[in-house]
Amino acid sequence: MSIWEYANPKKFMQTSAFLLPWVTGLALIAMLVGLVWGFFFTPDADKFGATVKIIYLHVPAAMMAISAWTMMLVTSLIWLIRRHHVSALAAKAAAPIGLMFTVIGLVTGAIWGQPMWGTWWAWDPRLTAFLILALFYLGYIALWAAVENPDTAADLTSVLAIVGSVFAFLSRYAVLFWNQGLHQGASLSLDEQENVSDVYWLPLVVCIAGFVLLFVTLVLIRTRTEIRSRRLQALLTRERLA
Amino acid sequence: MMPELGKYAGAVMWSYAASLALILGFVALSLWQSRRMKRALDEVEKRQEKAGE
Amino acid sequence: MIALLFRDLRLAVRAGGGFGLGLAFFLLVAVIVPLGVGPEPATLARIAPGILWVGALLSCLLSLDRIFALDFEDGSLDLLATSPLPMEGAVAVKALAHWLVTGLPLVLAAPVLGVLLNLPLPGYPWLVISLALGTPALSIIGAFGAALTVGLKRGGLLMSLLVLPLYMPTLIFGAEVVKRGAAGMTVATPLALLAAITAGALALLPFAAAAAIRVNLR
Repeated sequence: MSIWEYANPKKFMQTSAFLLPWVTGLALIAMLVGLVWGFFFTPDADKFGATVKIIYLHVPAAMMAISAWTMMLVTSLIWLIRRHHVSALAAKAAAPIGLMFTVIGLVTGAIWGQPMWGTWWAWDPRLTAFLILALFYLGYIALWAAVENPDTAADLTSVLAIVGSVFAFLSRYAVLFWNQGLHQGASLSLDEQENVSDVYWLPLVVCIAGFVLLFVTLVLIRTRTEIRSRRLQALLTRERLA
Repeated sequence: MMPELGKYAGAVMWSYAASLALILGFVALSLWQSRRMKRALDEVEKRQEKAGE
Repeated sequence: MIALLFRDLRLAVRAGGGFGLGLAFFLLVAVIVPLGVGPEPATLARIAPGILWVGALLSCLLSLDRIFALDFEDGSLDLLATSPLPMEGAVAVKALAHWLVTGLPLVLAAPVLGVLLNLPLPGYPWLVISLALGTPALSIIGAFGAALTVGLKRGGLLMSLLVLPLYMPTLIFGAEVVKRGAAGMTVATPLALLAAITAGALALLPFAAAAAIRVNLR
């Protein structure tokens, strides 16, 4: 019994079919509990007023935007090294989800920034880095869509994911450097783990768990779709040849 | 049961609405794609089984 | 390798295109921006470093698809792949040719355009130095993007989408060097970081680009 068994598409389909209802249920419960708790049962913060409630969407979405890219990097490496198709398809499946989380992070950030900083958008290092991350997601998705041969597409996007990771990382720090000379610490992005008391911290943890489970659910669903799509293509090709 | 959101009610409501709309929309899209692909695959599989007999 | 370099250079010069076009585009950017933002010298002086770097970056982008596309179409890329020269070397040479044809003229033309944009006097040496250090990175990163999209029929737009995010660190540090240089501040840190990015890209990206080309030729 090893993890590589799940590289077999059939085995993956069986296992994911079994897991999917459970993960979906857990994701629903965690999201509901976390968001309802956060929205209805937390007090307002001194500095932020009621806007502190946005944190339950903003922070988990931002965390998952980065985690999704990391997951794509790992699955791309697995594809390049061990040529497991499920791995490449999981990376493909994860990209739009990561983009969605990035957009949520940016949108909630803009809505939060409006009352707090008095502007929808500031060229704050974190915001800029996230915008760049969104561009990386777009490029990755576009490359998948543009290349017809699925194995070629998997190879090329994997190389892009690796190079992109390095440059996304570089951009993160370049942006930090770039803004130093312009603004003082205009960002109010606080270090949540340290500054936030338990009242906010506990529902936030539940929300993060909910977002992680949501991500897993969506990856499973979309990977299953991709596997079926590949099988469909294979069957159609066989039909044409017969 | 609505909590008192004060002057920031708009911002909070909008971010929840926007995020939930994005998430639900994306889940619906994924489910729809999944259904469609499953149906297409089933169709071809059945057709090929018949042809194979 | 030398033969390949000269072949690429000859082709670029004979075909006209790439050589002059990038430079003309750079000039156009420098002309269009004042028309757009107004002629106040103070404003222009403030945005000149950024505009010059963005202009250089975009002119570089314009000619990227020539690096591999023509050779892919007429089959010389397949010949290169079967030649004893490793693909990594071929990529590096082709990027070098691209830099000599596009990057180097940009570096040389930049001071002239700096005058148009009213760049403060202390900025000129740093403009030339930062472009000389940064444009090789633009060429090799661009070669990677061109390698990814070489098999596609209409890869140009997609390539821009892939390459521009990769250009961001180079752009940030390059423009920062000129900005600080023009303001009379010390430039050592961004200059070192810019050089580091160029060196890292030159060392590693030929391997990634060669891998992408091998996939595309398969």
